[in-house]
Amino acid sequence: MPKRRVIPGFGLSMGFTLTYLSLIILIPLAALFLKAARLGPAQWWNILTSPRVIAAAELTFGASAAAAIVSTIFGLLVTWVLVRYRFPGKRLLDAMVDLPFALPTAVAGITLTAIYAPNGWIGHSLSQWGIQVAYTPLGVFVALTFIGFPFVVRTLQPVMEDFGSEYEEAAATLGAGRWTIFWRVIFPMFIPALITGFTLAFARAIGEYGSVIFISGNLPMKTEILPLLVVSQLEQFKYEAAAVISSGMLIVSFLLLFLINLLQRQLNWQNR
Amino acid sequence: MASRPVTTESAPVRLLLIGGAVAFLALFLLLPLTAVFAEAFRKGWEVFLAALHEDAALSAIKLTLIAAGVSVPLNTLFGVAAAWLVTKFRFRGRSLLISLIDLPFAVSPVIAGLVWVLLFGARGWFPPTAMADAFAPAAHLAASLAEYRGLGWLFTDLAAWLADPKIIFALPGIVIATVFITFPFVARELIPLMETQGSDQEEAAVTLGARGWHIFFRVTLPNIKWGLLYGVLLCNARAMGEFGAVSVVSGHIRGETNTLPLHVEVLYNEYQFSAAFACATLLAFLALVTLGMKSAVECFTGHQSTGHK
Repeated sequence: MPKRRVIPGFGLSMGFTLTYLSLIILIPLAALFLKAARLGPAQWWNILTSPRVIAAAELTFGASAAAAIVSTIFGLLVTWVLVRYRFPGKRLLDAMVDLPFALPTAVAGITLTAIYAPNGWIGHSLSQWGIQVAYTPLGVFVALTFIGFPFVVRTLQPVMEDFGSEYEEAAATLGAGRWTIFWRVIFPMFIPALITGFTLAFARAIGEYGSVIFISGNLPMKTEILPLLVVSQLEQFKYEAAAVISSGMLIVSFLLLFLINLLQRQLNWQNR
Repeated sequence: MASRPVTTESAPVRLLLIGGAVAFLALFLLLPLTAVFAEAFRKGWEVFLAALHEDAALSAIKLTLIAAGVSVPLNTLFGVAAAWLVTKFRFRGRSLLISLIDLPFAVSPVIAGLVWVLLFGARGWFPPTAMADAFAPAAHLAASLAEYRGLGWLFTDLAAWLADPKIIFALPGIVIATVFITFPFVARELIPLMETQGSDQEEAAVTLGARGWHIFFRVTLPNIKWGLLYGVLLCNARAMGEFGAVSVVSGHIRGETNTLPLHVEVLYNEYQFSAAFACATLLAFLALVTLGMKSAVECFTGHQSTGHK
């Protein structure tokens, strides 16, 4: 006999959750994969290895990885400062970290473009050094760093807050210097959270659209990202091609999230 | 002389690190935020106000409010039901379900729009022509209901829509794309919160004879209200600010299917920079309010939000 559930509402919440999830998420995504599956493997290969797709994929994955690396480095610095030190304006800075989450991507896009354009606040100074950010791959990288960096801070912050000082004290009593303590004792404890933050920032960057398309200039083969390529295929009514490129992007994203889940499970198991 | 504790750095190192972090945040976050407002007011108050009073801007604001007004309540309802399901009960497939709820975070906004085009577009699985045939009896009924005086006007729009059931490049498409994008936000806030609170109080309420909804409204809701509020705020901010997904399904019909972020894009592409940034300030202001409320909620509850992915 199955165990009786004490708390009511199992049937109702299960029914509603599954129906809603299927209608809004699962069936539409299945439709996408079905559309892509109408083409054979040869056509998949043709679409995914066309020069324009390869150029866009290189830019998307390259800029996303570079942005996620920079986000991770500065995310570590910012989290360290926010968790470990006291200084005026700290609460404000902490709240500000979430700005890229809350600011609509189109607003971020036009604003970053205005700042980094050759006549913008930063772009003007950089152009005197011969560096152009807006309308180049560098611009894509800047926008993706803006979008990705809060993921690292918000993933690392709870881990760092829970990290007690006993390990550091033990290391210090054993004669380790501050730098050694950081590299050999503290940093290794943060690596899983850093990897998770990096992967979240990377996964988000792959799909990012609104903040990139203004600053990138959208030149095919040069500064065109994968999501934009999907849109341009759609505008030419090449639905199958759009579905194939999207399916490829989704498979990469799902794999990344699956890896994070594995990592988290491993960690939960270790902490038990 | 008091020596510094072994668990912190020397003062110069501390200052250097704080300086580095502050400089990074100022350059990457504060500067863009300032730039939105600076660009918006570059040509003065008159231009700013005129940009917000324009018909296209007003209709964009209206459409944005409608999209958020539908998707936020729907996803709040779902968030509460899903959080109740996965935190109060243990069943097979539970962790798979939690992963599936997170799924939209891994989907590019562009793809979130594309799926609806593939389903309901002119060359999709359910094109408007096929749906018009299927809805013909309903359209007929609604049309005859609309003839009635009194409440008949309620059915006029419905009858018109059923006769030509457009989803893509029309309001319903914008709404469902927004629903897709904002799907996990409330659930993601509530699940960790309700998981840590456990179900002891609800079980106690059951033994005291409380019934289902009574338990939810009198026991659970007071415990989760701040987390719920924050989830709703995040959901709303994203619903009003969504760009990629909405841009794919909207068709950019000015004054008809442009939401506020799309209107910003149109103005920007027409080189009306001051007007574009004027409309962008509304969205930036919304973001600031959301962040302010988040800090306030954290102050009230004394707990750090888990953040959202």
